Amino acid sequence: MSGKIPFLNMSPGRLAATLLLLFLCLIWTIPTAGLFISSLRDKDQLIISGWWTALITTERNERGRTGPSDAQFEREGEFVIAGSFIPEGSSKSILSFGDQQNDLGAYQPGETLVRGDGKRFTLWEDGSYEYVSAIPFDLQRGQRFFFVATIPPTFSLANYREVLTSEKIGQSFVNTFTVAIPATIIPILIAAFAAYAFSWMKFPGRQLIFVFVVGLLVVPLQMTLIPLLRMYNTLGSVLGIEAKSYIGIWLAHTGFGLPLAIYLLRNYMTSLPRDLIESAKIDGASHFQIFSKLLLPLSIPALASFAIFQFLWVWNDLLVALVFLGKRDDQIVLTSKLRELLGSRGENWEILTSSAFISIIVPLVVFFALQRYFVRGLLAGSVKGG
Amino acid sequence: MAELRLENVVKKFGETEVLHGVDLSISDKEFTVFVGPSGCGKSTLLRLIAGLEDLTSGEIYIDDQDVGYLPPAKRGIAMVFQSYALYPHMTVYDNMAFSLRLAKTDKATMDAAVQRAARILQIEDLLERKPKALSGGQRQRVAIGRAIVRDPRVFLFDEPLSNLDAKLRVQMRMELTKLQRELEATIVYVTHDQVEAMTMADKIVVLRDGYVEQVGSPLDLYRRPANLFVAQFIGSPSMNVLEVTAKARTDKQVTLALPGETEISIPVGDHPVHAGDTVTVGVRPEHLKAGGGASCNLSGEVMVAERLGGFTYLHAKLPSQDIITLLDDGDSKAKIGDKIDIGIPNDASHLFDAKGVAITNGLASTPT
Repeated sequence: MSGKIPFLNMSPGRLAATLLLLFLCLIWTIPTAGLFISSLRDKDQLIISGWWTALITTERNERGRTGPSDAQFEREGEFVIAGSFIPEGSSKSILSFGDQQNDLGAYQPGETLVRGDGKRFTLWEDGSYEYVSAIPFDLQRGQRFFFVATIPPTFSLANYREVLTSEKIGQSFVNTFTVAIPATIIPILIAAFAAYAFSWMKFPGRQLIFVFVVGLLVVPLQMTLIPLLRMYNTLGSVLGIEAKSYIGIWLAHTGFGLPLAIYLLRNYMTSLPRDLIESAKIDGASHFQIFSKLLLPLSIPALASFAIFQFLWVWNDLLVALVFLGKRDDQIVLTSKLRELLGSRGENWEILTSSAFISIIVPLVVFFALQRYFVRGLLAGSVKGG
Repeated sequence: MAELRLENVVKKFGETEVLHGVDLSISDKEFTVFVGPSGCGKSTLLRLIAGLEDLTSGEIYIDDQDVGYLPPAKRGIAMVFQSYALYPHMTVYDNMAFSLRLAKTDKATMDAAVQRAARILQIEDLLERKPKALSGGQRQRVAIGRAIVRDPRVFLFDEPLSNLDAKLRVQMRMELTKLQRELEATIVYVTHDQVEAMTMADKIVVLRDGYVEQVGSPLDLYRRPANLFVAQFIGSPSMNVLEVTAKARTDKQVTLALPGETEISIPVGDHPVHAGDTVTVGVRPEHLKAGGGASCNLSGEVMVAERLGGFTYLHAKLPSQDIITLLDDGDSKAKIGDKIDIGIPNDASHLFDAKGVAITNGLASTPT
């Protein structure tokens, strides 16, 4: 009990670990939350203030122009131009106004500003105004007034609606799935078979081949891109497959994912009790039956954790997609699309934030739904039964 | 009918030879136990019979069929593993039906076989459970049930009781014996526990370092151990042994000098043991008499008295510093530190030569 800090009932080491964990959580959560909040905000507010002010009413200096003299009408011997500085449906309201740019706080809403030439201007809180003159107006472009508008916090899915439809993020979202799902399933299928052979079948050179496979783990992906693409193109032209197609990227991701998959799954399968496999042998199971009826169901935790890793890696991949896929609407993936948007719509934050959030939403869902497999996957092989 | 015959079975792991030519014959409906210290090759021998290890050389016959090079499933054997090796993702029923499913047995036959095995083992109400939800003893039964369902010619058990607690182990021991009678099964059973071997076996095979030391019925081995190793391995507490020198040799007897300047004469028949030879004399604890009163008495000091209620084991130190164990009554008066006389009946003593081979097994060797 001696080393414990009073009240917290923790040892200093544990406290430090807890604080560090809390810190890491914050570091990770805050930007994500910021991105999410930004993507829901009104695009006008997004430009002038940070997401942390999202719940506070913001003030903005604006200017408005009355209607031209064509819009005037006569009322009780005076000439009136009426209208509103705030468009229909907006939730802005007027805080104060004036006719000089440097004196925005001169008049409260509802008060009447009398200009030097006797014209009277009244602005109400809802943005509607009346400009009254004893003589007919002679304005070609309307009179300018300055005001402070308050903008209450608003959240909407409008940004998402926009990017999903007009910016074609929706299509690339689907494209990414088209890439990621087969690129996850194919390597798992192959790796599961290979891992079984490496762990439970005796054949000459088994150890050597496995060492070779593990060696492939350290081959840099970038180094292989060009030879791989050339090889694929040659093969493709012989077989009549398009140069840039989904098949190409599936194969590429399969190749890049296999060494790790085989390594993880073999370690897991080797850790399964030998008695089980022998018992199945005595029961008359062939290698294929042992694999399909025993090892596959028992390896689900390892399969799942690798599937998560591979899926997330493929989902977030840009490089392989750039090399093996075209940029047509029916091929471009989210990461590639985001990069394009950065170039073409770099100033439209509402588009960037919502697109970015769409691209991380799947990893987030995958992470939270399958987090227990994450931990197990990291421990795969080290703890019996995972 | 299920006879198992091993001929000159040799097994090498790389360069290391772990079984050096084992010959063994096991008859139908016999409960055979392989026993020996760890590393003696008993499990390897069982795995060779099962087909889980490849023979280096030699032959294995079941009912005169050479099975030595057949895959395990084709040998007509079933095995119960120490860890039970139940398939964790299947129910008890599926575990038991697994082999029949693989063999594409029709559903009615399969169901009947599983139900019959479940009835024999009284696990009918566990059939829908997963192994995780079973206790150790229940898992053990399921593992046995899985073997029964296969209706094998020979059952193989690899230390099946060593994961159970002591009480359950005693109970399962009795049940296994009963089961063997009911099924009229031929069983080969591996254990390192000589009590299991003694209580269950029709025939015990004692192994050491890849050699068969002795084969025989439990009492045979107890009364007429072929050598010092078997003598000490079988029986609990183990046999007391004293290494002594033969002092004199008469016609049919040899006289030995025991610690404390006592002598004992043991009949040895025509065995060519000479005066001056180093021999080992062995006496089981129950043949020693506390308080003396035999033809030859040793004196010792009580080091430990283990009172088990019905009887007491006294561990006494001789003047030679050897410690010997003797069996006394439950209400033994002996206390730690007491000097006691220990009577050695000369007709109950075993005698082994310098190599450990039995010279005589005393009167106890008389066939009963």
